[in-house]
Amino acid sequence: MDEAVASFPDNASLMIPGFGPGQPTNLLAALWRTNATGLTTISNGVGFESADPDQKGLGDLVMAGRVKKVIAAFTASTRPSRTGTAEALVANGTLEAELVPQGTLAERIRSGGAGIPAFYTPAGVGTETATGKEHRDFNGRAFVMETALFADYAFIRAHKADTAGNLLFRRAARNFNPIMAMAAKNVIVEVEQPIVEAGEIDPDQVHVPGIYVTTLVRIPVGGVLHINRATGMAIRQTA
Amino acid sequence: MAEEKQPLTRDQMAAVLAQNMGYGWIVNLGIGIPTNVSNFLTPDQEIVLHSENGVIGYGRLAGEGEEDPDIVNASATQPVTLNPGASIVHHADAFAVIRRGMIDVTCLGAYQVAPDGSFANWKTTNEPWNNLGGIGGAMDLASCAKQIYLAMEHTTRDGEPRLLEKCSLPVTAPSGVTLVVTNIAVVAVRNGKFILEQHAPGYTAEEIQAVTGAPLEVSPDFRRVAV
Repeated sequence: MDEAVASFPDNASLMIPGFGPGQPTNLLAALWRTNATGLTTISNGVGFESADPDQKGLGDLVMAGRVKKVIAAFTASTRPSRTGTAEALVANGTLEAELVPQGTLAERIRSGGAGIPAFYTPAGVGTETATGKEHRDFNGRAFVMETALFADYAFIRAHKADTAGNLLFRRAARNFNPIMAMAAKNVIVEVEQPIVEAGEIDPDQVHVPGIYVTTLVRIPVGGVLHINRATGMAIRQTA
Repeated sequence: MAEEKQPLTRDQMAAVLAQNMGYGWIVNLGIGIPTNVSNFLTPDQEIVLHSENGVIGYGRLAGEGEEDPDIVNASATQPVTLNPGASIVHHADAFAVIRRGMIDVTCLGAYQVAPDGSFANWKTTNEPWNNLGGIGGAMDLASCAKQIYLAMEHTTRDGEPRLLEKCSLPVTAPSGVTLVVTNIAVVAVRNGKFILEQHAPGYTAEEIQAVTGAPLEVSPDFRRVAV
């Protein structure tokens, strides 16, 4: 993992998938161990800090001041009683946040990977999130223009991969992974299962073609496969 | 003798939401009370549950030993079961389903709701917006689902009404709410009015009106909730 992120530069933009499952936990912990700073991140949420060195992730990078901007659907805690990770840093001006409706976020990423510079969506029309943005009516309904996102890097979590870089995801761990893999220049993938030879994955079953993938790393023994949400404990790769 | 006052539990509120689902509907359940609705749907309703994370056709919450860490609902943490015929799409396609207008009803939590069908659930202050908030998929869902059902406490912790003439917090959508299930009442939202349809055990229309910040029209069919 450390080798895969060794040349990660400062001031890069990074796509981070995950919605519960599907987070590239091991690559993020490896990035934490580098000195990379000045990040712009694109993710569903910002998350929280972790005490476990193997679960260090976006929340930790933000709190350490290594992120200059987050683009997310959750930039603050969803619970009024609980202060979110980014809130104090935004208040004192050390972090910039851009809050995006989740479907708009997903479509901005998909568009980035599909070569579409902008699109119109009804989401957010009539709310603060659409203020100051270009509006246009189609068939009598108001839409707001949103622009595509494309990043320097994407960290991806795959279930299976072959040596050609073809990827498969499992269940709801798919979430943002396929669209982020298509919307970044450098795509680094951590893989749960042993990487098989090219040809061993049926072409009809491939979720992301290998042409998008820069680097593949199998999650090593002891690496984090899942987080037990009830206990916060890591479930680790055993073989 | 008057019945003892018994506010609805979160599970009972979820059960009321489940009673209001039509046959064969495609339904999206938001974080909070709505996620529990999946436990109260009956097989004969043939509801298809859709989640923002791309799971289409999930079932009740997973019991002990049934959990799969890769199968969760919109909370991103609660493990759920998959029904036969379930399918998985990526996040952008999950929202393509939403924007295409496939969702018959989205059930969401909320801080405030008004008779014009507007509601607020993403920001708890009116301070100038600094781009902080927990918006999730609510705006996409609210602008594209055929109906919006809300599940919320009838008042704030300080006893202030949450059903108001006009939302004082920034709105999630300027219209679209059709049903509000609170811990003491079931209120339909139609033609710019709140219509009081049902009450929790022991609550009168006058008592519900007293903690509501907008006029309630009492339905001719006003009755006790059946959960």
